[in-house]
Amino acid sequence: MTGEDTRHLPLEDLHQAAGARFGAFAGWSMPLTYAPGVMKEHLHTREHAGLFDISHMKLFEVAGPGATALLNRACPLDAGALDISQSKYTFFLNEAAGIIDDLIITRLGDDRFMVVANAGNAVEDEKHLRALAADFDAKVEPLERVFLAVQGPDAWAALARAGIETGSLLFMHGIEPRQNWFMSRSGYTGEDGFEIGLPEKDARDLVATLLGDERVQWIGLAARDSLRLEAGLCLHGQDLTPEIDPASAGLMWAIPKEVRASGHFIGANALRSILDRGPSQKRVGLKPDGRQPVRAGAALVDAGGNPAGHVTSGGFGPSTGHPVAMGYVGSALTKAGTKLFADVRGTKIPVEVASLPFTPHRYRKG
Amino acid sequence: MAKIYFTEDHEWLRVEGGVATVGITDYAQEQLGDLVFVELPETGRKLAKGDTAVVVESVKAASDVYAPVDGEITEANASLSADPSLVNSAATGDGWLWKMKLADESQLDSLMDEAAYKAHIG
Repeated sequence: MTGEDTRHLPLEDLHQAAGARFGAFAGWSMPLTYAPGVMKEHLHTREHAGLFDISHMKLFEVAGPGATALLNRACPLDAGALDISQSKYTFFLNEAAGIIDDLIITRLGDDRFMVVANAGNAVEDEKHLRALAADFDAKVEPLERVFLAVQGPDAWAALARAGIETGSLLFMHGIEPRQNWFMSRSGYTGEDGFEIGLPEKDARDLVATLLGDERVQWIGLAARDSLRLEAGLCLHGQDLTPEIDPASAGLMWAIPKEVRASGHFIGANALRSILDRGPSQKRVGLKPDGRQPVRAGAALVDAGGNPAGHVTSGGFGPSTGHPVAMGYVGSALTKAGTKLFADVRGTKIPVEVASLPFTPHRYRKG
Repeated sequence: MAKIYFTEDHEWLRVEGGVATVGITDYAQEQLGDLVFVELPETGRKLAKGDTAVVVESVKAASDVYAPVDGEITEANASLSADPSLVNSAATGDGWLWKMKLADESQLDSLMDEAAYKAHIG
């Protein structure tokens, strides 16, 4: 089923041995589910700890005297204002302020940053960043790492048992605990958790130790998607695209006020004019009535049958026990409780605009 | 006595007295994963072979289930509205999808028996 260009995870043999069912995602052959299935995997992550292989995502180290200036140009960010070990959710924007990719950037040192990019955009991101780096005294180095996420309320305890102390690390902070390791307290599930980039050999040891802990299970990409959707987190390529700007996406919280006002990032002028006139559509949560999922691509109409927007992500929320979705609606329709209809194969399913997240975030912020 | 047939699309048919009970195979439900919704057909609907009869929705995706032969729906499995996971737990039993009155029983000849189906899924 997978083409010649399909990339394979360094730990694929472990997933095969664990009984994973594979599928293609962003050019990679990825474990979608394991024996327990998406529903149990999802709930296990919320109750205990899920182990995710996210090595399809790309780690870049950006370093040099011009690293801060480079990132301030590439992202709507004040990289120099970050404390050492502080992480920030941000974007690469195009000149129209469209989102090329969403990223997490962590300051590792005065002139050194870690950039974590999405799998599907990694090649473009690297080209983009390298092209910009030519004007700055900074180097962009893609790292060969296995990248694991440990997510859920027992994640910290499972790591402690594996000899990795996380106690002082707070949400959206990242450190280099060992040589060629990068560990941040972050994730894509809404739960407390960690993302760890490390050499393959170390990763194999860590996986073996973690799976020896009954609180930890492999979790596939299917549950990763339902977890992030319940948590109201965006998937680039669906909820965010180069045609969508951070204001429409409801992500202006990621851009500091001073940067909005006076930053020289790519797309700054376009973003300012969008903010001046107000975005014409905005991202919202959507709760379908009943049990039938409403999925990406479904058109939304208002009670009068007028076009109201469209769904960008949708599925079933195993923790909420009902279908969950998000999408874009006209900016007059963003109020929670607004009643709309989604067209699912010709049937109009009632949906209600809902505040995000569907399941409360349980990050460890202090 | 009822006779069981299988299709390349991983459906099973149990035929008795000109009526087929249709469901998806255990292999199919495993591929789909946990089902959360089944869109059932209306009784009396006439289907031609290859028409979408039912849509099964897993956490991740919606998949069509096609009419394996021509016929008319006589009953849909109403218990799936309350508990779609029956298709996962009992694909070839309580998780059946619909019953249809066959228009042309000779169409059954092109379907597989259990041994052929087992070979088909390897």
